Order: sequence, then C-alpha cells, then structure tokens
Amino acid sequence: MSLRLEPRDNASVGLKLGVSLAAGLIALLLVAIPVLFAGGSPLNAYGLMLQGAFGSMFALSETLNRATPLILTGLACAVAFRAKLWNIGAEGQLYIGALAAVCVGSGLLQLPPALMIPTVMIAGFLAGGLMMVIPTIIKQRFGADEVVITLLLNFVVILFIQMLIEGVLKDPMALGWPQSVPLIAEAKLPKLLPRLRMHWGLIVGLVAALILWLMVRKTVLGFEIRAVGENKAAARFAGIPVDATMLKVALISGGLAGLAGVGEVAGVKGYLSSDLSPGFGYSGIVVAMLAGLSPIGTVIAAVFVAAVFVGADSMSRATGISSYIADLVVALSLLCVLVGSFFLRFRVKFERRQVEA
Amino acid sequence: MDVIFDILGSANFWAAAIRIATPLIFGVLGALICERAGVLNLGIEGIFVAGAMAGWLAVYLGAGLWGGVLVSALAGALFGLLHAFLTVILGLSQHVSGIGITLLATSVSYFTYRTALPDVTSPPRIAAFQPLNIPGLSDLPFFGPALFQQTPLTFLALVFVALVALVLYRTPLGLAIRAVGDNPASVEAQGLSVVGLRIGAVVVGSALMALGGAFLTMSAFDAFFFGMVNGRGWICIALVVFASWQPGKALLGALLFGAFDAFQIRLQAQIGQVVPGQVFLMLPYLLSIVALILVARRADYPRALLQPWTKGQRH
Amino acid sequence: MTDAPVLLSLQNITKRFGPLIANNAISLDLHRGEILALLGENGAGKTTLMNILFGHYVQDEGDVCVLGDDGALATLPPGSPGAALKAGIGMVHQHFALAENLTGLANIRLGTEPLLSFGRESAARAKVRKIITESGLDVDLDRRVADLTVGEKQRIEILKALYRDAKVLILDEPTAVLTPQEAEGLFVVLRRLAENGLGVIFISHKLGEVLSVSHRILVLRAGTKAGELVTAQADRRAIADLMVGKTVAEVVRVPAAPGKILLEFDNVSLQSGGRQALSRVNLQLRAGEVVGLAGVSGNGQSGIAALISGLAVPNSGAMRLYGQDVTRASPRDLVNAGVARMPEDRQHDGVVGTMSVADNIAIEDVRSPAFSKMGLLDRKAMRERATAAIAGYDVRCPGPDAEARLLSGGNVQKLILARVLERDPRVILANQPTRGLDVGAQAEVHRRILAARDRGAAVLVISEDLDELFALADRFLVAHAGEVSDAGPSDGLDRGTIGLMMAGQARPPVGIAS
Repeated sequence: MSLRLEPRDNASVGLKLGVSLAAGLIALLLVAIPVLFAGGSPLNAYGLMLQGAFGSMFALSETLNRATPLILTGLACAVAFRAKLWNIGAEGQLYIGALAAVCVGSGLLQLPPALMIPTVMIAGFLAGGLMMVIPTIIKQRFGADEVVITLLLNFVVILFIQMLIEGVLKDPMALGWPQSVPLIAEAKLPKLLPRLRMHWGLIVGLVAALILWLMVRKTVLGFEIRAVGENKAAARFAGIPVDATMLKVALISGGLAGLAGVGEVAGVKGYLSSDLSPGFGYSGIVVAMLAGLSPIGTVIAAVFVAAVFVGADSMSRATGISSYIADLVVALSLLCVLVGSFFLRFRVKFERRQVEA
Repeated sequence: MDVIFDILGSANFWAAAIRIATPLIFGVLGALICERAGVLNLGIEGIFVAGAMAGWLAVYLGAGLWGGVLVSALAGALFGLLHAFLTVILGLSQHVSGIGITLLATSVSYFTYRTALPDVTSPPRIAAFQPLNIPGLSDLPFFGPALFQQTPLTFLALVFVALVALVLYRTPLGLAIRAVGDNPASVEAQGLSVVGLRIGAVVVGSALMALGGAFLTMSAFDAFFFGMVNGRGWICIALVVFASWQPGKALLGALLFGAFDAFQIRLQAQIGQVVPGQVFLMLPYLLSIVALILVARRADYPRALLQPWTKGQRH
Repeated sequence: MTDAPVLLSLQNITKRFGPLIANNAISLDLHRGEILALLGENGAGKTTLMNILFGHYVQDEGDVCVLGDDGALATLPPGSPGAALKAGIGMVHQHFALAENLTGLANIRLGTEPLLSFGRESAARAKVRKIITESGLDVDLDRRVADLTVGEKQRIEILKALYRDAKVLILDEPTAVLTPQEAEGLFVVLRRLAENGLGVIFISHKLGEVLSVSHRILVLRAGTKAGELVTAQADRRAIADLMVGKTVAEVVRVPAAPGKILLEFDNVSLQSGGRQALSRVNLQLRAGEVVGLAGVSGNGQSGIAALISGLAVPNSGAMRLYGQDVTRASPRDLVNAGVARMPEDRQHDGVVGTMSVADNIAIEDVRSPAFSKMGLLDRKAMRERATAAIAGYDVRCPGPDAEARLLSGGNVQKLILARVLERDPRVILANQPTRGLDVGAQAEVHRRILAARDRGAAVLVISEDLDELFALADRFLVAHAGEVSDAGPSDGLDRGTIGLMMAGQARPPVGIAS
C-alpha cells in the first residue's frame, strides 16, 4: 500500500463547504483535550456552549451582535486576500473607523438620523480605507511588505487612540475613565429588536456581503480583482492597471474594517474606548479563511466564530473553565481549514504497488 | 541638548539598551535562520508568548532556571515543528500558517496559565536570573555597569550570534541552508534533503524565538503578564529585513533598537509632561516601519522565501 | 565505439502521467567514452526520461542500471537523486540548479562534505583546479553565481558533476542559452571529456548540433523510441522524418510588400534591474513586414518586448506608434491602439490559470462596451466570443468555462492568438511564439502570423530559434549586449553572419549597415 497525491482539476463548491465545516468541527473536537486537562467534561462543555450561543433569544441576539463586526472584518480580509493583498491590519482599521465615527458624530455635525448615520458610516469607511491605502502605497512605492507594516500599525493605532481618549477626546463626564465623548443620539444605529443588543450594523454587514458577492461575480472591478489576485503578471500584461486595482481593494478592505468599528461605537458602546475590540480584526482573518474567501460564506463563518466566543463565555461562567478556550477553537479552526485547503488541491489515493519478485 | 548627553553618558542607559535588545537578538536570529532556509515564520509573536509562559511556568513549578530555559526552547521547537509540517511538508501558505501558529500559541499559553493558576489576582513571581558578576570586567568604572552586568541569558544571546554566524558562513551545513533558501533545486540536485534542511531550520529558529520570550519572564521581569510580548515578534520580522539576513547586522540592529528604546524611555521621564506618553510608546513600532521602508528596495530577500517545494520540481 | 564497456543501461522504462504515456518501454545503453544524443521534439519524452534516470521522477516500470566499481551493472533504487549521484551520474539541467547567492566553488562543494564539520575548502579548490586544467572548463570560482554569464554558469554545472567523479554526464538542451560560437566551445569540451572516458548523454531537438557532436543518436517521438543510429552513417532527412513522424507542409512565405512605418524606436535606452538592458536602440516596424529579432536570450530582447508591451518606460529616447508618441503608454493604451502582444512566458504572463477560457479571451477588453456596460460584465457576450474563438483557432478545451490552467502549452498559445488577432491588430509582437510547441502547432502559429502580415500588420518576431526566424522574417535584426543591429533582408543572409553578430563579433554585412 502506498499513498499517492494527485492534483485536483477542480474543487466543487460542496467539497469546499465540506472542508470548512470539517475544519470547524475538528477544531471543536480538538479542544476536548484542553477541557479535560482543565478538569471539565467535554460533552457538558459543548452543551453549555451551544446553549450559551443559541439557547435563547437573548443568546442568539448576543451571538449575532458579536457576529456583526466579524462579518465586516471577515469581508475586509476576504476581499484583500483574494487580491493577494495581505491585510493583517483590520484591527487597527477598525479603531480608526470608530475614531472617525466619534469625530464626526459627537456633535461636530448636527443632522437628522437619516443623514447623520450615513455620514458617520462614510467617514468610518473612508478613514479605515485610508489606513489600508497607506501601507499599499508604501508597498507599491518602496516594496515594503504589507504584512509586517499592517501588523505594526495595529499597535501604533491603539496607542494613538489611547492618547486621544486620555487627551483631546476624553469624556469629562466619565469619572476619569479613559473613554471618548459619546455619540449624539442621531448618530447611533437603532436596535433591531427592543431590549436586545442586536443593531442595524448587522444589516449593514449582510448588505456588504451581498454587494461584494455581486461585485466579484458580475462587475468589471470584480473581474480585475480576481485577475490581479490570481496572476499579477498576466493581469498587468493584459492591460489591467494592477496598482490602481490594488488601491481600490485596499480602500474597500480597510473601509469594511472601518465600518466594523463604526458599528461597535454607534451600535453597541456609544463611545470609543481602547477595549472596543477584543481582537475582531484578527478573528476576521480566521473568518475569511474559514469562508474560503467567499462573501456569503463569511457571514456563516462569522456567526460560527461569534457563537464560539459567546458560547465559551457562558460555559466559562458555569464551569470555571477559562474562556480562552474560544481563542483556542478559533486558532485551531484556522489551522484546520489551512490543512483542508491541501485536500482541495490534492486528491489522496491509496494504491497497491506491484510487489517485485 | 544637555538632556541627550546626560542620557548617553549614563552607564545605566547602555545597560538598559542591551537588556531591551536581548529578546530581540534571540527573535531576529530565530527568524533569520527560518528565512535563510526559505520559510517565513509569522508564528514568532505567538512563539514568544509560548516561550515566555512555558519557561516561567516550569520555573514556578520547580524546574530551576536553566530547566525553564530548556522547557521554553522545547515549546518553541514544538510550534516550529507544526509550522514546518504545514509549510514545508504540506507546502501550505506560510503567511496563513504563521498567523495561525501565533493565534494558537498565544491562546494555548493563556489558557494554560489561567488553568494552572485559576485564582491568582496578581501574577506570582519567581526568582529570576540575576546579573552575572564577571570578576574584573563587571567592576570596571562605567564599562562595568554599562556592559558587563547582564544576566546569563544576555550572554547566551551573544554566544548564539557568534554560533549562528559560524555555522552559516563556515560550515557545509550553513552553505546548504543558504542554498536551500535561494534555490532548493541546487540542494536537491546535490543529493541533500530540501525538506530536512527546512524543517531543521524552522525548528531551531523557533526554539531561539522562544528564548526571546523566556528572557522576558525569567530575566527582564519575574512574572508572566497577558500582552507582555506586545509586538516584539513582529518587530523582529522587520529587523531581519533591516539586517539583510546577516547575524552580525542582526545584532547591530537589535542593539540600535534597544538603544533607541532605552533613550525614549529616559527622554519621556524628562519631557513627559509636554508630550503624551503614548507618543513615546509608538516610536518603536514606527521606527520598525521606517526601517523596513528604508531598506525594502535594496533588500536582498532569500530568493526562495515563501516558495513551497515539492520533490522533483523544477522551475 | 561499442566495444567499450557499458556504463549505463536503461531497461524498458515506462512513465505515465495520468492518461499520458511520457515514456513507453524505452531502453538504451551508453558506453564509456561515447557521446549519445537523445533527439526529439518538445514533448517527445526526453526530459522525463532523464529525470527518471536522475531520480527526480519514479518510473512506473523498468530499471536504471549503472556500472559499479566491481565491474558489474547494478540497479539504481528509483526516485533517489542521492543514489544517482553516488553511482556517478551527473546532470546539467536546462534550468540551472545553482544557488545564485553562493560562489561557484560553494555550489560545487554543496552536499559533498559532512554537514557538521568545517568543510574542506582548500582540498576542494585544488581538486576543481585540476579538473579545470584537464577539461578546459575555465571559470572564476570565487564570484557569486548571480554575477556569472549563462555560459559560465553552465561550466559550474559541469564542474559540479565532474567534481563528484561522474562517469556519466547528462546535458539537457545545453545549447539553448548559448551563441553558436559558445556552443562550439562546449562541444570541444565534451569531446575532450569523452576521450578521457566519460559517457555523455546530450539531449537536444536541434538536428545540426546533434550531427556535429554525437557518436550515436537515439530518436524519441511521442514517448517511444523511434530509431537508433550511428551518427557517422546517418542521413539528415531520414532523422528529421524519424523525429517528426509525418511530413509537415512547410509554411510558404511570399515576398513582403512593406508599407509605411507603424512602430518606431528612436534612440531608446532602458535600465532594468540596475543594468543597462538597452542602449540607444533604433528600430522600425513597417506595415506588411515581419522583422525577426535574433539573439542569445538576455541580450535585450526582453527589454524590447517589455517596451512594446507597455510594461516598461525608456530612460531616454522615444517610441512612436503611427507617428504619435507612446513612450509612456500603459499596456492598456497600447492594446487599445491596436498592438497585439504575445508574451514570452505564456503560462506565466499570458493567462490567468484559475480563470476560465472565456475570461482569458476577454481579459484585454473587459472595459470595452463589447463586454461590459456601466461596470457590469456581459457574460453572454464573453462566452459567445470564446465559443467562436475556440472553434476558429482550434483551441482544444472542454469549453469556454474550463479553467485556462487545464490547457496544454500549444492550446494556451492558440488562446492568446485568438485573443489578440481577433482584434485585427496593426502591430504584432510575437515573443518566442512557438517555443515548446509541437510541429503541428508551430505551423499553425506561423500561418496565422504570416496571414496577419499579409493583411497589413507590422510584425516583430523575437526568437532564439534561427530556423523559425528564417521561416518567418523578411528582415533581420540582431540583439547583442543591449544593442540592436540591422542585418538586412533575410534573403541571401547566412547563419554564420547572424551567429557572429549574436556574439557581438561582426559588423552587419557591408552595404546594409545603417
């Protein structure tokens, strides 16, 4: 018996879906080991997680509330990775988007909600987009790798935000807590249902996913992004303006991450603080990869990741097992889906080799 | 400016510069070995965390300081092995695998720490490495406190710089590592194993990265904190480019960086009232970005970096 | 010659890639002191056979046997380059297997000394020096390989094999990157090595050089052994028929009727990668004329191609299209102005492998009203054009929605022809238009290019294959060291003159020099 790998001509949609599902499931199964290590019962833990994430209207609302920024940062990563632009800076772009929302929406402009909300969103989109356009220009002009630069910028941005909310943007009414002045009521995103935290940012995320899906399949821009991402040299040769396309991707990608920040400020918190995001930008990478970079898949993957976090929090409160278990699931899902991508490229065949005399 | 000369003239400043540089020396050397063999290891940030946590926990549980160093290196090697399996054997994306390793190593470390010490409110302390007293040198005026009152891990880092340079430039193994990062076909055609060399480089490099983390919990501090690595791994990735993948320049880069950081901390103490503290804290990251931009065009990347290799493949 | 002992014996080697049989029960013997030529077209299975011999591929059936020190033939374990090296087989690949960041000597030593030691550099140097004196393979051992010329790199490759005491030396298309004169120098070395007892396998698809260097010829066709003959008794025509299998009608070129100048380079210089790629190049492409650009690769051809493709901007000088300045034009500007471009590396630059055939045919035109309105793609129009192109240009593929990476090299080239020629271009750049194609596809590409010329297009053909240039070109240019000289009309021009010009050793024929 020997094992042999054959390249696949084509991976079907079903296979891709299966690989992502399997990745998530295997990651969940693998964390049984640390759960046992922590003295818990895995089955009990899974049950509590499921209940915590989907067991009630409140739980579902919390999960979807958590999924909202993940959809947007997931889309941000998906669209960039498709063009082979390695945006690892969604975390920073999210904060800059939130910052723009606070700058525009805390009283500088006084408009009715129908105008105020779009204004805040556009400001957040542009600010987040700019935050990705800059490293892209640096990459094009100086050849410096965008991965490291976007990673490092995350740290710069968070310090910048801390500086502002302890300084010029500090809310004097917040009893000394480092947080920004609040948004005015007109700038806030309405809740979807009374007494639940879910807000209109979720709809924004869903619409963004739909638009991206249409963009990839139906538009010239989507065509050009695919060509640039799949083969830069051939795209350039065929006359597609590679640098300009990359800048558009950067703007869209950073902009989506910026919108995630707007959603958190205008939909959840109402003000900017340096704990606005517990790593939504980094989780977005996992969401995008789990989704196979598909916009619609991103929505599903975001709900999965959100459910893991919300479920783990609830499970942790009940059992005392650390909620870092959720981070473990997310990290393992990423590695599992990466291994899964190997099976999308190759078919594993077992075969008997003739035994020579 | 008198302030600047005061800072540069104090032995304390130079000692701090070397202390700050030490984890970076380990990290840059580790990243350098991986990249010379053609593998980008973005797992570095998480491996720092794992090394810091594992080493500290081992000492806390009674393994002794050098036992802790060993455990830390092993933890790094283990994550390196996983990265090598994914990128070298399966040939998967080095970017994604590295990010995945960082997320995994970080969450494993945090989870283990929380599970091992469920009830602590303030981080427990260990008896960390103390500065060595080198007879003769440590007592020199100015130079003694400036250069020769460091902990053993700092001297270990310097030994590794020399060792890595020696292996890379003076042995057939180093020749093979440099060749495999430039053109794996050249190595295979001469009957050496591309996969073996790369796995070895990633495992050893990752172990070194972990020692950078160990320095944080066992030398610079005496406890483990969440978020204590704080981007040092990413800074190392930028410094490798700045150092043109050469051990000597890596040492120089890390020292320059340490000096700059030590300088800004002292400057902050002097003019901190005028400028917000965050500005100073941002400087190391901004400096790394600027360094990267300055050298990017001239950077002589190992040609096979990021390129997976399958046996029998030609260009 | 056949009295000498057998060094190497391949016995019934068969290798399949999926449904394709790359090698079908091939056997051959190589004797001491013999130069055996392995002759065949691209895709005949020569390189596959040698990769099996060297352990890069594992054969499905058959054995590789090598003469051992005990004087008996021993079977090599399949799939082990290490074993092949140890048994004394040395291989010089078409793409050199050299680490460019190391010196020549380091590349030669690589893998020959215990990894965990300080090495034996001075002993190694002495041994290499001795080999150099014996073989005449002179080269600077202490320069980084990146700084060596192609010919020098090839010498390092041969030295690598000899340093390991190779009994058998395999050279895969060694002359593809050399000038005719450099190739002659290589032959001298090979003859000398054979006299000293080495067995040489020389892989080539060029009949002329095979006849001049080898003792024996083995012809491969479509994976099978088509014939084996002693060179001294071989007949050129017979070998050509063995190689191709069928007689292909030669493309007939009628004399050109050159019209006005469509594309013009005026004193164009170009820097690329820190080097002077082109210096003060003048060239004119006229309507209804094919200009052939000859030269050893790396002498400025890629610079000229990049300029006509819009991928580079000259450092000085001007480019004019139909009399208008296009010095700084983008690829899209040139495409829209009616310039058709066929890239040198068609798999890499010509198609996006993971996109469909239809997408790849429309890729130059997605922004034109034919394929999109208001930024939305007209998928139907794209598929219609693709369907027509597949039929009209005989692109063999499952359909317009098939991914382009599934196409063979010849079909990719037909796809590119369909993409660029259907736009009725006025200027055509054909860069290595038939490299790697079989004879049938070659003739088809040539026919299309000449038809476009007859419609009044100005064509520049860049090729390393002089036969191809003589088949197509009305006028010759020769590139050497970034300079382009005019060799005049192709009628009455002889290969020797072109060869000397390629080596930079001759002025153009008297009276034609501009």
